[in-house]
Amino acid sequence: MGMEDMKKFGLMAACSVLALAATTSLATANDELVEMQQNAKNWVMQLGNYSATRYSELEEINKDNVGDLQVAWSFSTGVLRGHEGGPLVIDGVMYVHTPFPNKVFALDLNDNGRIIWRYEPEQDPNVIPVMCCDTVNRGVAYGDGKIILHQADTNVVALDAKTGEELWKTQNGDPSKGETGTMSPLIAGDKVLVGNSGGEFGVQGHMTAYNLETGEQEWRAYSVGPDDQILLDPENTTHLGEPVGENSSVDTWEGDQWQLGGGTVWGWVSYDPELNLVYYGSGNPGTWNPAQRPGDNRWSMTIFARDLDTGVAKWVYQMTPHDEWDYDGVNENILVDMEIDGEQRKVLFHPDRNGFAYTLDRETGELLVAAKYDPAVNWATEVVMNEDDEQYGRPQVVAEYSTAQNGVDVNSEGICPAALGTKDQQPSAYSPETGLFYIPTNHVCMDYEPFQVSYTAGQPYVGATLSMYPAPDSHGGMGNFIAWDAAAGEIVWSVEEPFSVWSGALATAGDIVFYGTLEGYLKAVDMETGEELYRFKTPSGIIGNVNTYEHDGKQYVAVLSGIGGWAGIGLAAGLTEGTDGLGAVGAYQSLSDYTQLGGQLTVFSLPSE
Amino acid sequence: MNYLMSAATGFCGAMLLFTAASLAPAQAQDEAVDWEDKPYIVEDGKVDYGTYNGFRRYHNTCHTCHGPDGMGSTFAPALVNSLKDMSYADFAATVANGRSSSGASGNSVMPAFGDNVDVMLYIDHIYAYLKARADDAVGRGRPDRIDPENDPVFQEWQANQ
Ligand code: HEC
Repeated sequence: MGMEDMKKFGLMAACSVLALAATTSLATANDELVEMQQNAKNWVMQLGNYSATRYSELEEINKDNVGDLQVAWSFSTGVLRGHEGGPLVIDGVMYVHTPFPNKVFALDLNDNGRIIWRYEPEQDPNVIPVMCCDTVNRGVAYGDGKIILHQADTNVVALDAKTGEELWKTQNGDPSKGETGTMSPLIAGDKVLVGNSGGEFGVQGHMTAYNLETGEQEWRAYSVGPDDQILLDPENTTHLGEPVGENSSVDTWEGDQWQLGGGTVWGWVSYDPELNLVYYGSGNPGTWNPAQRPGDNRWSMTIFARDLDTGVAKWVYQMTPHDEWDYDGVNENILVDMEIDGEQRKVLFHPDRNGFAYTLDRETGELLVAAKYDPAVNWATEVVMNEDDEQYGRPQVVAEYSTAQNGVDVNSEGICPAALGTKDQQPSAYSPETGLFYIPTNHVCMDYEPFQVSYTAGQPYVGATLSMYPAPDSHGGMGNFIAWDAAAGEIVWSVEEPFSVWSGALATAGDIVFYGTLEGYLKAVDMETGEELYRFKTPSGIIGNVNTYEHDGKQYVAVLSGIGGWAGIGLAAGLTEGTDGLGAVGAYQSLSDYTQLGGQLTVFSLPSE
Repeated sequence: MNYLMSAATGFCGAMLLFTAASLAPAQAQDEAVDWEDKPYIVEDGKVDYGTYNGFRRYHNTCHTCHGPDGMGSTFAPALVNSLKDMSYADFAATVANGRSSSGASGNSVMPAFGDNVDVMLYIDHIYAYLKARADDAVGRGRPDRIDPENDPVFQEWQANQ
């Protein structure tokens, strides 16, 4: 779309917000998926349901019998790179995806996992090196009889779920500039929502809605840029309760730097069908050297609540203005209703990479709670919660850990969390029974030195050197699996892990929580206490997300193994030892001593009587 | 691509020149040290500017695939091993032109950095750092720098800017 088209389009979009306000859900809700997400026998979307809770009502496997769990069957994907995401299960068919070359398999659960169809796209291998941290893919989406695949080369493809036949295909970005595809699309209403990766290549991040039937683009909303590109309405889009005003993004960048501004959209999308709003976060601003981009760099590091039909944002919240540490804001947004200060609220919960867990009112964007969910977090003291303070909603940066204040060519030491974040994209789970969130976390700190870099299209645009090590003065491990009370902002229990927990969690009505570890264990713990009830070592490290489904009256738990991703790269040889005196224990713990590459699906069930 | 011709060989020439001129006095007079074999200076555990800057530049661009400190990853080979017997010319050509192969683990692609100034301007420094790592002259993590006043490499580098 040219500039002029964008302008016209922006205006039209703004007008249609008003027109649609009265009729929203009637016109667009995809009732099929709204229904289907409630059926615990299937697993129809990557995060389990539109609210992204990764919670299942199945309870055949429970706290008392999970210790008897066994491997029911397994399946090799034939691909050796990092396997993120997980399979979908829809009415007796399982859909399994792989990292590059992004194969898709449809497996018949009525016939021992026989392959009904397989799809392997043709892709230029030159897309591989522009994928910053391994060639991961976070999974396919299902809607209206179609499987939607988002390929590494940014092609979005609709496949007939029955036959694997290609129905439409559209290109979402330009890999020669470093734009790639890793995120899992979300299908909401009649739209496929998909964003781009490439934050380390100076691309301009965006979220795009395509028509599910035709593949035609319906709207595109950039994260950074002029108002008509970012689809923010100066008067009606709010940030912490105030209208954002005109040029809310470009005014926070120097000159044209926003064109390399990043804010890529590579995490998870959730959807509230009643409010007709979609929620997602944007990534780091372009170049990791803050000196090259003075200003708040809006709207990188931001949660967006956008109208599904028009793409226009109802509210935004920037968590880390003027990032100095690579704390992308892309993590999952979990939509639940909970009591906060005696009042029942519709909230959005977001455990951010920056180490703060945010609870917001998802209708208005009001900030309710912001608290550290790892005590190691030290780059900021707090997020100001007083509405009358001019610092309202902003993290209070500690000068010692400010890579911007310390300046270019200076190594800032002992910053927690590391650029990996207190957690990355690995999605959390929520149990309505306990009201707690179950969060896979990293417990890693870093030294960070920014320096000058130049932009070349399609080349990395980073500008910082990092060393990472386990959080000092702690248990020596690089991860924790925690239960979090989002209303109080408190850790309820925490399981220490030797490596970062890079797998998505699953909570079930059986009073248990499942997660995978980088050494390859699938673990089940007691939801109330965190006590370990079961573990099984799968063939490779787990960076995929655990799922559950029911088939023929029996409950199964499924997970992809396949070490890789940022975790596989950073931890393969062990982390660098911390700066002397910081007391890093267990440094050099080498993941390669525990596990090897290998893509495999493992499915568990209880033994038959 | 073209940087290899202009910038890199240009610099390489400069560095070789400097080896003869200013590094040699730091070594025993009669001991001819070839820059390619030993492109770094390590004194009391501290390194020259080139090696230090190589550490930084390596961790800017290369570590996302080759792992921290050149140790390798699930994605790309450990350069601490590769540099044990790779010539400077092969190294520079691989970095400038890229390389790919396909095997059991699928396509393996090393990108071409030929038109990336942030890499090609510092290719000698990255080489020095990795060579020092390969020779076990420098350990893991951030190396300490020799005082700029006493660092011939830094003096030379500054003079060339
Ligand atoms: C996107 C990932 C990626 C990045 C970034 C990357 N490399 Fe590589 N590199 C590879 C892969 C993969 C190979 C193996 C290629 C093959 O199979 O032939 C490789 C091979 C090499 C080799 C040959 C090693 C050998 O044993 O023969 C050298 C030297 C090298 N890279 C240097 C570098 C340097 C220096 C940088 C940073 C300027 C860098 N690479 C950045 C992926 C990468």
